[in-house]
Amino acid sequence: MEFRKVLCNELSALMKENEKIVILDADLAKPDGIYPLFVEFPNRCFQVGIAEANMASICAGLSAYGYLPVMVTFAPFATRRVFDQIAVSIAYAKQRVIIVGTDPGITAELNGGTHMSFEDVTIMRSIPDMVIYDAVDDVQLGQAIKQLINLDKNVYIRMPRKVRPTVFNENYKYEYGKADLLKVGTDITIAATGTMVYEALEAAKLLEEDGINAEVISVNTIKPIDKDMILESVKKTNCVVTCENNNINGGLYSVISEILCSNYPAICGAIGIYDEFGQVGKYSDLLEAYHLTPKDIVKKVKEVIKKK
Amino acid sequence: MIKIAREIRALTIECIASIGQGHIGGSLSIVDALTVLYYKHMNVDPRNPKMEGRDRLVVSKGHAGPAVYATLAHKGYFPKEELQTLNKFGTNLPSHCDMNKTPGVDMTAGSLGQGLSCACGMALGSKLSQDNAYIYCIIGDGESQEGQIWEASMFAAANKLDNLIVMLDNNKLQLCGYTNDVLTLLDPSKKWESFGFYVQSIDGNDINEVDKAITNAKQNKGKPSMIVLNTIKGKGFSYSENAGIDNHSMPISAEILQKAKEELK
Repeated sequence: MEFRKVLCNELSALMKENEKIVILDADLAKPDGIYPLFVEFPNRCFQVGIAEANMASICAGLSAYGYLPVMVTFAPFATRRVFDQIAVSIAYAKQRVIIVGTDPGITAELNGGTHMSFEDVTIMRSIPDMVIYDAVDDVQLGQAIKQLINLDKNVYIRMPRKVRPTVFNENYKYEYGKADLLKVGTDITIAATGTMVYEALEAAKLLEEDGINAEVISVNTIKPIDKDMILESVKKTNCVVTCENNNINGGLYSVISEILCSNYPAICGAIGIYDEFGQVGKYSDLLEAYHLTPKDIVKKVKEVIKKK
Repeated sequence: MIKIAREIRALTIECIASIGQGHIGGSLSIVDALTVLYYKHMNVDPRNPKMEGRDRLVVSKGHAGPAVYATLAHKGYFPKEELQTLNKFGTNLPSHCDMNKTPGVDMTAGSLGQGLSCACGMALGSKLSQDNAYIYCIIGDGESQEGQIWEASMFAAANKLDNLIVMLDNNKLQLCGYTNDVLTLLDPSKKWESFGFYVQSIDGNDINEVDKAITNAKQNKGKPSMIVLNTIKGKGFSYSENAGIDNHSMPISAEILQKAKEELK
């Protein structure tokens, strides 16, 4: 299912249960898939126009009044454009808002460089107590929204809008704050977030063919991160490759390097955006352009294993 | 109320003098508005600062904190002695208003331009919960150079937030000089009229005019209100009134404090 359809369905169900949930949009409700909520809950959905800064601070005011606002817009506008409003009006003022950033990183595809957030994880991570969740697939997203919205925290949900390959089956149970061990291995730990989890699993299959047994972890929330599972894995494999659809500066690579550095020093390689800007392209073109393909992951794994 | 305003001015200056320096000008210019709000119009209870359905005030020009604290202390939210802790380490009275520290402060502000949007959110919240509260918001003239003020103004009018009463502290000065020299607002009344507000322009340091304007604003339906408070930065104390463009953040010595006390007796 399209991720945006999952978002809309889950919000609709949650709004029926909790009358305090309100929706704010800055003229992207249709592409973000939440327009049906405006029809279903006309009094609880607010169109602010193309004014994201205003939207973020309005959310803070609504929160101060006891409401639970969910603001939805493209990832760069949900984060970098309104960073001060999130930091001051929302986080510093101890208000509670659910921030949904759609089409992060290369999933922005044909919207190109201006819309391609490679820094959203990096900057949002620097706000105290902000939860950062990077959606892996439609199955996980549906369950995650329910749990994240009920946390007493500010949450940044990072998700593509359209269809991506499904990773989890119907028996999957998402648990907030926990990573998922998707494949047990002994030679290397591959820790991935968001849509890169699928690419990491594909890489692990290729590695099997070369006799390398990789352990694959889906990180889910970059903040808070499941430190225990990562350390347990690395204590076994003694090396890591991180895979993320974000700048490696300040993203997953940084988070995991920090954990290793203070707990269990091990070689860590990075698959992600090496300090570059975005560009237009199909998902597959962009995977190639930024060296994010399963083949690139395999190459990186072999480099890292050599350094062990 | 004129007497109360004079007392609040003295408390504001004492509060700033306790740390030796601060935003005297932009604090004193809004004392009359704060006095009328807290002593005439706002439905609040100092014994229950978080009372449901209360009227709320967002001081978006958060650096006017000392005037807000002096008013709240005068009204009985906390002991007047606490005003002496302004900006001291661990204080509940920081330079810029903080809703999580000071009883009676309804919104954190300091990064200019954001408070009016927060007030819009509260006005929406009030409409949704049908509690008939009024949301007041004080913004600065310099602050109105922030684009977000105009985003919020458009939103307030489009959503007919007639429970939102905005006051512009038009004291004509900002940190680097006269607002007209830094980046002029031209005619703020015309601007907010064209944005769909019910606009009144008054002497913002005249208690009776402020009272009348707020009464009018509360009766106005279908539009948000803008009251342009034409004020004097540093109003009520000769030292700050006469400081001109040096009025933004000024030192206060013990001697100057003594002078203020005499003037405001």
